[in-house]
Amino acid sequence: MAETLHKRKAKAINIYRKACKACGICIAFCPSKSLGTDELGYPVVANLDTCTACNLCVDRCPDLAIEIIKETDNKPEKKGDEDGKK
Amino acid sequence: MKMVKNKFMQGNAACVEGAISAGLKFYAGYPITPSTEIAELCAEKLPKIGGRFIQMEDEIASMGAVIGASFAGVMSMTATSGPGFSLKQENLGYASFVEAPCVVVNVMRSGPSTGLPTSPAQSDVMQAKWGTHGDHPIIVLCPDSVKSMYELTIRAFELSEEFRVPVILAADEVIAHMREAIEIRDDLKPVQRRYTTKKPGEFKPYDDSEGLVPPMAKFGDGYRFNTTGLMHDTEGFPTSDPVKSQKLQDRLRDKIEKNLEKIVSVKTYNMDDAEVAVFAYGSTARSAMAAIVEARSNGVKAGLIVPETLWPFPEKIISMYAEKVKAFVVAEMNMGQMVYEVERCMHGKAKLLTVFQANGELIKPELILNRIKEAVK
Amino acid sequence: MNRMYEDYYRMDRMPTIWCPGCGNGIVLNGFIEAFKNSGLDRKNTVIVSGIGCSSRSALYLDFDTIHTTHGRAISFATGIKQSRPELNVVVLTGDGDCSAIGGNHLIHAARRNIDLTVVCYNNSTYGMTNGQYSPTTPTGSITATSMYGFMESPFDLCKLVEAAGATYVARTTTFHAKMIPMMIKNALLKKGFSFVDCIAQCPTYFGRKNKMSTPADMMKWIRDSSVNKKTAETMSESELAGKFVIGEFVNKEKPELTAEYTKLVERLKLKEKEGAAYAKV
Repeated sequence: MAETLHKRKAKAINIYRKACKACGICIAFCPSKSLGTDELGYPVVANLDTCTACNLCVDRCPDLAIEIIKETDNKPEKKGDEDGKK
Repeated sequence: MKMVKNKFMQGNAACVEGAISAGLKFYAGYPITPSTEIAELCAEKLPKIGGRFIQMEDEIASMGAVIGASFAGVMSMTATSGPGFSLKQENLGYASFVEAPCVVVNVMRSGPSTGLPTSPAQSDVMQAKWGTHGDHPIIVLCPDSVKSMYELTIRAFELSEEFRVPVILAADEVIAHMREAIEIRDDLKPVQRRYTTKKPGEFKPYDDSEGLVPPMAKFGDGYRFNTTGLMHDTEGFPTSDPVKSQKLQDRLRDKIEKNLEKIVSVKTYNMDDAEVAVFAYGSTARSAMAAIVEARSNGVKAGLIVPETLWPFPEKIISMYAEKVKAFVVAEMNMGQMVYEVERCMHGKAKLLTVFQANGELIKPELILNRIKEAVK
Repeated sequence: MNRMYEDYYRMDRMPTIWCPGCGNGIVLNGFIEAFKNSGLDRKNTVIVSGIGCSSRSALYLDFDTIHTTHGRAISFATGIKQSRPELNVVVLTGDGDCSAIGGNHLIHAARRNIDLTVVCYNNSTYGMTNGQYSPTTPTGSITATSMYGFMESPFDLCKLVEAAGATYVARTTTFHAKMIPMMIKNALLKKGFSFVDCIAQCPTYFGRKNKMSTPADMMKWIRDSSVNKKTAETMSESELAGKFVIGEFVNKEKPELTAEYTKLVERLKLKEKEGAAYAKV
């Protein structure tokens, strides 16, 4: 079943605040502008639907601070608590 | 049955024989007179016994390669002379700080700088102890014959493994190039390294709970340990904690200073009734021997103290004899270096006369004899 | 790469000391993904690093690691590999560490074609010491020691190691992050001297001093300065000035030092056996 365009690609974008250094790289280079920024410059999920799970943000994150859970992944929702470094 | 082969051998060759019988399996070096024979013989002999050799691009690289091999669990050695020994200092300090067992042979030639490359000298002996920056443990041995070159090379491996410290064999050019008959024993068992019995995950590379010298792990055994030249804690990771830093510095000092009886070795001749004690090492000890024999025949009670360990310096024996003798005569092929240690340990208890010579020539016995006579005038 | 590679890290040592947006983290993550994809055995792998921001990588990796002296990582690695050829030996180093003070060891290790995988975090500055110029700093750049503009011209590290004899040479950048694991994997699996030059951003010093105020700005500069190998072949030298040519430059076979040496050891052992047999006759 070919994935249709409007079908959501990413089940979740997990951001690990403790590991994140708010460098802004993921936000600046997200091709689908799915990431926004909060007042401190940290990345926040702006629009999960537009995320194509291309993983560029993950590949370019210097600090293991972002993770894409794809629709097809059967991985658990998230490792560690919201603020946990893990 | 101990099989002994009598051989007529060059000092450098005896060094390689000793190293191989002690378990040498990796040599990394760079050609430099007067130690190159050691490199050549290792290049020839090591591959025959499953060992491995490499000629590096400079002495810094040679020292680095030896430390790498040491942590890979392979008994390693390098040899050089003054100019190369100066280049090795930073990595030598690294080896001392991360406690990498290894043997560094420095065949001393007349310095400084290019100096007299084929002539003997003993002018690197302070550099051997203080050449690299920072407080650091080091052991320096000094052979005075082809036989002692063989024996002290074996001892160098034993001490470097037992105390996890680089051991410097400070031979002078004459000892390295002269030939003498020596007994090569084949009953020697290679020196064993003390490895940790802990399992990966429990092992801490610089854990001092088992004594001053932490047992080692080696690369490739799954310990996934870290080694760093930064100040480090017992787990081998960087720390700037002043308490942990001083604790490490104290342990590195104590592992040598609290084992002097195991490390320090001195040979003495005719010292029981000596009125004049000659202090000499390396080739100069041989001239001094002739001088004290001559002095005795002239009715002067002269004795000889020959340190096999220059560092740690044999303080006790000097202080003891300073109480007994009228004078010390210190003879060195330099402008005066070990004399300061001797003087420090004499506490002014006896006269101190010196014979210094730094012209590339061996010190003639009569120069020492004249000082002995002067001392008893 | 995402968090599934965590167990290759010493997570208790994280976060890294690197500044926000520093490219080193991207290269480090790329290395881990490459290592996982290479199928090599972690137990048999030693990671050697020198001194500098790049070289702190070794401390974060859950491997046998050794953090050596400035410029000398490759010589330590040579000793490990030649004394224990069955180990995989990786060197994580920086542009200053491996091509300034360590340049002599770099070219000789390449000349010998000893089986090492050298990953150079090339941010064309000495970050650890606050941003002086390095042998790969682009001409004209402002740095802590070239406040009037860097007047020398930089090395092309890939050409340098290729000329010295390396058998795998490639370059990519932190912007082209997806290429990092591919190239490092090839380097890891190559039996010979492999060198991957990873152009990375140093936003804190190089970036700020050269009007690239955010990490993303500097990565955009890297993106715009990158030229693919094929396109570069059509460009003149002046057009290529200040550009990073990316791609695989060398991927060939040549006798590898430690393997050749092992053959020698085997041959001598054989000869000795024959000799002994002969003596018995």
